[in-house]
Amino acid sequence: MALAVNDLKVWYRTLRGDVKALDGVTFEVADGEIMGIAGESGCGKTTLGKALIRLDTRMKHVGGTVVLDDDELPLADDAAMRRYRYREVSLIPQYAMSAMNPTRKIGRMIRDLLAAHNVRYAEVLPELERRLKLVGLETDVLKRYPIELSGGMKQRVVLVLSTLLNPSLLIGDEVTSALDVSSQKAVARALVEFRDHGFVKSMIVITHDISVLFQVADTILVMYAGHLAEKAPAKTIINAPLHPYTKMLIGALPKVGDRYEEQQLEGIEGRPPSLLEPPAGCRFRDRCPLVHDKCAEAPPFREVAEGHHVACWAVS
Amino acid sequence: MRKENGMTATQPTAGPGAEASEQPGVAGSPKGGRKAGGDTRETLYFALRNPKVLIGAVVVVAFLLLGLIGPAFLKYAPMDYAGPPMAPPSADFPFGTTTFGQDVFAQFVAGLRSTFLVGLLGGGVAAVIGMTIGFVAGYRGGLIDELLNMLTNVVLVIPGFVVLIIINAYLGVRSVPMQALYIGIFSWPWVARAVRSQTLSLRSRDFIDLARLSGVGVGTILRREVAPNMYSYLFMTFVLLFGGSILTAASLDFIGLGPTNAMSLGLMMNQAVQWSALHLGLWWWFIPPGLGITLIVGSLYIMNVGLDEVFNPKLREM
Amino acid sequence: MLTLHELDKVYRTGTFGTSDLHAVRQVSLDVRRGEVVSLIGESGSGKSTIGKMVLHLLSSTGGTITFDGRDVTKLGFRARRDYYRKVQGVFQDPFSSFNPIYKVDRTFETLRRSYFPRVASGEWREKLDGALAAVTLEPDDILGKYPHQLSGGQLQRLLIARALLLDIELLVADEIISMLDASTRIDVLNLLGELKGRGLGILFVTHDLSLGNYVSDRVVILYKGRVVERGDTTAVFDDPLHPYTRDLLASVPHLDRTWEEVEAEEAERTRRLAGRCLYHEDITAQGRSLGDEAESVDGVPNGLGLVEHAPGHFVGCFRKAAEEDCPAGPAVKP
Repeated sequence: MALAVNDLKVWYRTLRGDVKALDGVTFEVADGEIMGIAGESGCGKTTLGKALIRLDTRMKHVGGTVVLDDDELPLADDAAMRRYRYREVSLIPQYAMSAMNPTRKIGRMIRDLLAAHNVRYAEVLPELERRLKLVGLETDVLKRYPIELSGGMKQRVVLVLSTLLNPSLLIGDEVTSALDVSSQKAVARALVEFRDHGFVKSMIVITHDISVLFQVADTILVMYAGHLAEKAPAKTIINAPLHPYTKMLIGALPKVGDRYEEQQLEGIEGRPPSLLEPPAGCRFRDRCPLVHDKCAEAPPFREVAEGHHVACWAVS
Repeated sequence: MRKENGMTATQPTAGPGAEASEQPGVAGSPKGGRKAGGDTRETLYFALRNPKVLIGAVVVVAFLLLGLIGPAFLKYAPMDYAGPPMAPPSADFPFGTTTFGQDVFAQFVAGLRSTFLVGLLGGGVAAVIGMTIGFVAGYRGGLIDELLNMLTNVVLVIPGFVVLIIINAYLGVRSVPMQALYIGIFSWPWVARAVRSQTLSLRSRDFIDLARLSGVGVGTILRREVAPNMYSYLFMTFVLLFGGSILTAASLDFIGLGPTNAMSLGLMMNQAVQWSALHLGLWWWFIPPGLGITLIVGSLYIMNVGLDEVFNPKLREM
Repeated sequence: MLTLHELDKVYRTGTFGTSDLHAVRQVSLDVRRGEVVSLIGESGSGKSTIGKMVLHLLSSTGGTITFDGRDVTKLGFRARRDYYRKVQGVFQDPFSSFNPIYKVDRTFETLRRSYFPRVASGEWREKLDGALAAVTLEPDDILGKYPHQLSGGQLQRLLIARALLLDIELLVADEIISMLDASTRIDVLNLLGELKGRGLGILFVTHDLSLGNYVSDRVVILYKGRVVERGDTTAVFDDPLHPYTRDLLASVPHLDRTWEEVEAEEAERTRRLAGRCLYHEDITAQGRSLGDEAESVDGVPNGLGLVEHAPGHFVGCFRKAAEEDCPAGPAVKP
């Protein structure tokens, strides 16, 4: 089935007020779809990833709903969400591979984790070994300590572990970020393979690196300052973006072959607005070359072409 | 599957995620104009507004003043047989009298002096030795680090207290400064270790490399870049050494190896026990010195918690 | 201007320091005025180690470093100070590069105390404003602030401004943009391009090929501490010779081609080159004999070093490790 997020608002409590990190986002992820979420730091993509599975103590669910497979997720209720966590929705958090207990063997760690979710290790062991082989790891990796593995290997172990119970939705937060280029490719491909094999129904891949999304994602969602800017099939976002922010972002990425002498690329001036007191209207206003009076009112995130949503008055 | 080299090769780190990590979406607040030499003044400004620092400082300074100028206002000298023995507190004797009729308050005030002195000196000596060794070992590494570690471990393993007892027993006259010196010489190993590990972690930070790239020498780097990052830590260390010295001195005094020519709070407690103050219910004899030590050391700890907020600008904005 | 010749860095590891770790092996490269040389490699390639050795933050264990014609391999404290007037560095983590408890101004103050002790305040202010303008920063936005109040991009540009205060000739930029957002990265890169135009030589250490390609004139590809390919950027990227370079280029996520498309191209090329080793062919063509190749102590192909395949385009032995077979087949004995 599918994931439907409707006007989701998740704010952070701080001593200076509420940081409106996620301020009303609406989108859908279809069955079997890999959706990438791209954006720069502070845009809310990690918050979105976390909100779908577990709100930590600073976060509060202010409004909106999340429906997974026709089941509304009780985001605000930590205990009720236990039922869904790991079985229906699984998260690979940022820096996951650095979070492994260095004094425990991998196999032991997995056993403990499964026990915490009332799953017997012996029962899933054959499947676990099969999947490790699938991503190119030998099964004796279970007998090793994390420090003996390279970054790419650890990340693949985390990937296998997170999807062991075949969740409906897998959320990966910066899973390829701290890796070498070759490991990055292996992990990204492993993600797609898992979807193809049916271990995971749909995937949300969160990263700042749009080029990786172009390689593995079906659709890309671009976020800016807690709002959605654009959502479209991956190729469309890269080759024919409509939102000014997306256009400038893609324009700021040098491809192998772009040379400074031939054509200088441009960055985006300024910084994202503070989310403590976000400005009314379109949040990209201050940095947008197409700004005009209507932008004082927040543009709706609407479909302008088949499967292509944009939040911009200049696009219709 | 070959594993990569055992050395902690620097992986390409996780990209821009580190930028606004603590508080998502909070852009930096525009703060302060430019002030020449404003750093120390600003620190002081914040220090004086922090309740923990204020309260702690007030208590400590109060005791200090009492110990410093109190003796000038005392009616009776500490060792004089001034009044009726075992008298409870009264207008004449705010802390009552001992079994010999000595003014407990006078002893208390005199004791404060030597207590502060032994704390300051003993703590100071240990701090200087420990910090120097810790900084040098942590920064230089290599052979120097190995040698200094050996030294630290040797001193750590020597039963300092036993040696103190032996030294104290052999020497005829014992004065407070000497006592402080001995205590200082044996209390520094943990400081050296703690400072060394902090220095090691700071050393790998890029701003140290940048200071080296500015042609700055080792001593200056330690003084201007490494130590300031640890000011609150160093102060905490000093607080612990201060308190530790006082307590060690009190223990020595308690078993009769205290200074032969001065009164101290530990000595008071020693005498109180010797003369069965507990059994006789002379609470005014041992409670003031015990409470005094507790309040002084406790206030220093509270001050330190407050100072951590003052010294660390990041905590400040919270 | 800067020349590294057969630079080595060996770490002693293991209990009692019995085994050796060769972080950098026999690396030779040069950087000229007004050019950007990218040092590209993955983790463990030794690229940061080389950067630190050039900056004398690490000592080398073999080989020489020459700067402006003078041997600077080993420098005493005084000589290092003078060296730093000409050579400076900027590092990866902007937030780690500043002492968090002080305002950012202090970084400039430290420099001033060290190198410009007798400069008057007014003149110093002018110099500072000039340097900040060169990196397009407003003094009012920057001075008097603490590091955590500024963005990564601003901090990195600040650090470049600091280096510019000294009128340097060589800047070592060690992964300076990997921790920045995509939109600010390009600004810093453009800044490097501009500085290059003004005559500054830049050693740009990075793991990101597209960034290396954008701004550099020449590239040096490192693998496990040794140079495997070296040459003009366009030459190396259009016609990568070494298998490792090709693997690297094939693994980069492109924005205009999928991995499958890249692999198809590569497969074609691999077919053409099957059973051949360009390195061997070039060596023989130059009249050097394969038999003279000496194995280094830990079994990594060493010996004759790089061979010039095309003008300015050098490549090293195709084997990734000594145990591997030569691509030209076991019949050809190295």
